[in-house]
Amino acid sequence: MSTIYILWKRQLKRYVRSKSRLVGSLGQPLLFLVALGFGLGPVYAAAGNGNYLQFLAPGIVSMAILFTAIFGGIEVIWDKQFGFLKETLVAPVSRFQIMLGRTLGGATVAVIQGIVVLILSIILGFRPVLSHLFFALVLMFLLSILFTALGTAIASVLDDMQGFQLIMNFLVMPMFFLSGSIFPLNNLPGALTIITRINPMTYGVDGIRGALTLGNHLSLTLDISVVSIIALIFLIIGSYLFSKIKS
Amino acid sequence: MIEVKNLSKKFDGREVVKNVSFSVEKGDVFAFLGPNGAGKTTTIRMLTTLLHPDTGSIVLNGFDTKHNADSVRKSFGIVFQDASLDTELTAYENMEIHAVLYGVKKSVYKTRIDELLKLVELADRRNDLVKDFSGGMKRRLEIARGLLHHPKVLFLDEPTIGLDPQTRNLLWNYITTLNEKEGITVFLTTHYMEEAEKMANKIAIIDHGNIIDMGSSEELQKQTNTTSLEEAFLKLTGSAIRDEGGESAMRQASKMWGRR
Repeated sequence: MSTIYILWKRQLKRYVRSKSRLVGSLGQPLLFLVALGFGLGPVYAAAGNGNYLQFLAPGIVSMAILFTAIFGGIEVIWDKQFGFLKETLVAPVSRFQIMLGRTLGGATVAVIQGIVVLILSIILGFRPVLSHLFFALVLMFLLSILFTALGTAIASVLDDMQGFQLIMNFLVMPMFFLSGSIFPLNNLPGALTIITRINPMTYGVDGIRGALTLGNHLSLTLDISVVSIIALIFLIIGSYLFSKIKS
Repeated sequence: MIEVKNLSKKFDGREVVKNVSFSVEKGDVFAFLGPNGAGKTTTIRMLTTLLHPDTGSIVLNGFDTKHNADSVRKSFGIVFQDASLDTELTAYENMEIHAVLYGVKKSVYKTRIDELLKLVELADRRNDLVKDFSGGMKRRLEIARGLLHHPKVLFLDEPTIGLDPQTRNLLWNYITTLNEKEGITVFLTTHYMEEAEKMANKIAIIDHGNIIDMGSSEELQKQTNTTSLEEAFLKLTGSAIRDEGGESAMRQASKMWGRR
């Protein structure tokens, strides 16, 4: 238990200390909120869909979580290169505990980042419904676990950051764009509907949007179930691959 | 303290460690010497439970590495060849993580950390981030960290590489003190023969995965008819330059394929 706690604390300390990362990681969500929210807002309203920022903000909150959480998992590669990983692997604790501590730490950072973006979007004019805020936070946490575990799984099989660009372009970006974060899921071409349905991000976005604006496409129960199950699966895969790391 | 019997390890069909046996007594300073790619690091990784041997057994502090890995892990401290600190944390925080991972109680480790930081002369840098430390300071911190949980054996894998003579001297003085006062068994590898000569009471020379000679520095010199350990070492292992072998060859091969 104390192992999980100290490694969780380590992730938080690293996050709080790197001010440039903190500020830098807010740039992208801010840009999306302003450029898309205000840029496409009039078109969206003209099509009779209402206030675009109201639709977009939960998507951008999810995006912040996706990026931060994946990156938190990928950080295992830095630990490999800077050698700290060896220090933990030679210690008399199980690798599962190490993996869990790191993942919970990375996920907590992602949740905080999501909350900061939520506040940012409220400042820009987003108006959430507060009655279901609890479910929004639960989904944010589950989504964070899901993506941190995925990042850890990927980092466990990579040896350096050279593959990072590949992951960004062929995994992270598609998961973001093809999830309903920035456009509604109704009346999509058939193939796109299938892709969005197999993308776990879709259920996270829909759930968070549902909880914050009561504008679900799917149901909140389905969203929470899918995200929980996938998070659990990724945790299992992630711990397995982490336990196989050759030091 | 360490009992190694018939240890072997293959990588991709290449036998990197071949049927190696040796023992280290309590209180020994044991130097494990060999050219690059001789099998030193692979052996250390097996001794420290990071790698499973293909055949053979290792008993450390009475515990078998195969069946009792966690007890083995609690019994030794290690200073790796490459840095293994979290540079975004302070010296104290690095020590604290180690203490928690090794199950040292908070009431104990609070004073123990300060004692050790004083020993390696880093007490005044306790709350500074490790990224601002010099190479020598990092090494000293790693040694302090390796000692935190009162290990019976301290592994030092080329601990003085890249350090200036002052720091090297200082490090060996700590090690001697620890060995003499606390009776810690030391297992070290180094390429500096004069360090091995000065520090170790028992030396094993490994080449091509075999231990080719073992004994005190004087014994090795007598057997080879030489007047220094360096000469004895060269006579035993030949003076041909070694290409990195073993796992390093694998590392290089994978580098060619874009992985490091």
